[in-house]
Amino acid sequence: MWTKHAKFERHSLWMIIGIVIVVSIGGLVEISPLFYLESTVEEVDGMRPYTPLELEGRDIYIREGCYTCHSQMIRPLRDEVERYGHYSLAAESMYDHPFQWGSKRTGPDLARVGGKYSDSWHKDHLTDPRSVVPESVMPPYAFLRDKDLDYRQVQAKLSAMTKVGVPYTQDQIDNATADLEAQADPFDSRATALKKRYGAKLAQRDFDGDPDRLTEMDALIAYLQMLGGLVDFRTYRAEAPENQR
Amino acid sequence: MTQLTVQHDEGAPFDVMLLYIFTGVGAFAALLAAAFTKDPLFQFHSFIFLAAFVLAAGVMTAGVAYGKFRSEPTRYADGVIRAGVIATMFWAVVAMLVGVVIAAQLSWPNIFYFPEAGWLNFGRLRPLHTSGVIFAFGGNALIATSFWVVQRTCRARLAGGVAPWFVFWGYQLFIVLAATGYLAGITQSKEYAEPEWYVDLWLTVVWVAYLLVFLGTIWKRKEPHIYVANWFYLAFIITVAILHLVNNMALPVALLHHRSYSLYSGVQDALVQWWYGHNAVGFFLTAGFLGMMYYFVPKRAERPVYSYRLSIVHFWSLIFIYIWAGPHHLHYTALPQWTQTLGATFSIMLWMPSWGGMINGLMTLSGAWDKLRTDPVIRMMVVALAFYGMSTFEGPLMSLREVNALSHYTDWTIGHVHSGALGWVGFISFGAVYCMVPWLWKKDRVYSNTLIEWHFWIATTGILLYIAAMWVSGIMEGLMWREYTPQGFLANSFVETVAAKHVENIIRTVGGLMYLSGAVIMSYNLWRTVRMPGHEAQPQGLASLPALAAAE
Repeated sequence: MWTKHAKFERHSLWMIIGIVIVVSIGGLVEISPLFYLESTVEEVDGMRPYTPLELEGRDIYIREGCYTCHSQMIRPLRDEVERYGHYSLAAESMYDHPFQWGSKRTGPDLARVGGKYSDSWHKDHLTDPRSVVPESVMPPYAFLRDKDLDYRQVQAKLSAMTKVGVPYTQDQIDNATADLEAQADPFDSRATALKKRYGAKLAQRDFDGDPDRLTEMDALIAYLQMLGGLVDFRTYRAEAPENQR
Repeated sequence: MTQLTVQHDEGAPFDVMLLYIFTGVGAFAALLAAAFTKDPLFQFHSFIFLAAFVLAAGVMTAGVAYGKFRSEPTRYADGVIRAGVIATMFWAVVAMLVGVVIAAQLSWPNIFYFPEAGWLNFGRLRPLHTSGVIFAFGGNALIATSFWVVQRTCRARLAGGVAPWFVFWGYQLFIVLAATGYLAGITQSKEYAEPEWYVDLWLTVVWVAYLLVFLGTIWKRKEPHIYVANWFYLAFIITVAILHLVNNMALPVALLHHRSYSLYSGVQDALVQWWYGHNAVGFFLTAGFLGMMYYFVPKRAERPVYSYRLSIVHFWSLIFIYIWAGPHHLHYTALPQWTQTLGATFSIMLWMPSWGGMINGLMTLSGAWDKLRTDPVIRMMVVALAFYGMSTFEGPLMSLREVNALSHYTDWTIGHVHSGALGWVGFISFGAVYCMVPWLWKKDRVYSNTLIEWHFWIATTGILLYIAAMWVSGIMEGLMWREYTPQGFLANSFVETVAAKHVENIIRTVGGLMYLSGAVIMSYNLWRTVRMPGHEAQPQGLASLPALAAAE
């Protein structure tokens, strides 16, 4: 039997073919079913794509590497559900390209941080974390407050998201810039159109306490404040067979 | 133009001309990108590309003018390996220094965070540290040693003429782009795959060149058998290519914009990412370094590899099983449970092929165990194997759902990673570099054995401090998160668990600092070795070097 192995040792092509076959099997068996098994993602009410402002905020969240210390994935364990809220569903990250589940909790989970604190708490906390949580080891993000949000590419971003599968409508893409500006200004006249496009539940206000400017802080807080609040859990039945995975 | 027509081993050969054209086109493309993009970050990276291509073209012009590109088919190509060794040590010190800085940030946030310099925040430095250690330090060590090993075990000069140098410098450019990108905020947030789409494309080009150089050398071999170390290197190069391509599938926001969005989302993206992430460990940090082990341990111990059959069995089973283990990073998440169970099952099975490698390495020392007393380099590699065995036992343990429920999201994972990275990857690389430097620079020995002893003991103590501190803090925070009062309320707020880890964070910083000091001592020792008067340089003809016995 061992002499048969000489074929691989003497012919690099056999070696390569052998390696490619052997390392492909596991991934094919585990990953590809997730793309066609319908039970992979639950049926829920309330999920919608990110608004342009939230999407820009999410890009800042990614840019600053927040995922290196904060997870967005509540496991169905008693203490986690009591600490953070309902365990996370696959449906809740179905518009996340890429996902932000994280792998480490140097800081707490953020999957349902939305609405847990006030905007001004977030602003203070991001500016100087130890001013509100003395034992915190989080870095300060004061510079977000001073930096105007660069949203020139927001329409291209929505458009790219559509191409990878997020169901933005043409109406939403065309009005991306207007929607972004409207969401950060409580007195903006375009607010009705914004809410028509993204739902009446969305938060439309000045997030960073500086009404004169549209800053990166606005975008990041808008994103944080909507986290985990989309799915309507009154209509979600965990015991239903289609949600058993 | 006469140079093009002369013999392949004189003057500027065809491959140099090809590379010349490539850099020219590259420089022009980078210039256009820099001129037309509206994205300041993309422009910043376009300028780095431009500078690199212009520099490369300049160096090549000088090289061709002075006839530096002579190919000497009867000699091994060692220049690129010397450069690789220097790069390995340089990036080791840089990446470990960043690690110490972020450890210090978690220990003393009031001192090591700078509100005015957001680019030095933990979130941007952490990818710099992880990518720096894995890809800059580990990657350079793998490329340099694989170039050494494949030449010696095939008794053939590296294939592709100037291509190995392209691999080397192309890879350094990838590192610089990745590192500056993280600091500037260019990331796609996939752990250990953070570089954005255009850097991924660049790495793909470099990696294909690397594969072709490696394969081309194997094709030229004068030995009938492909030596076992090369199986592992080959599996590492091929599989990393597959992982890299699949995980980084993304759509750029615009052609001249740095940002891209992954083709996958949510649960699918999570599994693709951890399929990638775990096999970055399995193939980059394990298979590749096992290739290193299979050459340098027998060579240094002057013993044949313990078991040929074991190497066959554990090679194929290791690469087959590793690829399944990714889902254990996603226990209790929204990933379907059948996938989690499958991942955990294969993680347990992975224990055996992992230990197959450890046993084959350790038992190679049969009859040479006395060298542990006298040769700190052998000791370093044996301790590397011991840490490999330890962390590949700990890994399957942590992949069990019940254990993972406690360990996931905690410092325990960080400790586990570091026993593998510092203990296994670091020590086996240091051992290989200590072996190679006297060979490469034609010296009889390393400058100071005493300094190697110092390095060994400081670094080993540092690892132990590091992982012990992370075990304590990880298990402690895991238990604190799930602790209830007798009345049935959660006993601790989250921040109490942060505060409780303060001492462990400091111990971890000290441990990391000790490990870094070891690398600095080593760099000094190697520098002195290179500066030592050498022995009579014998031309290293292909046949003059005794080939390593085949593992039979």
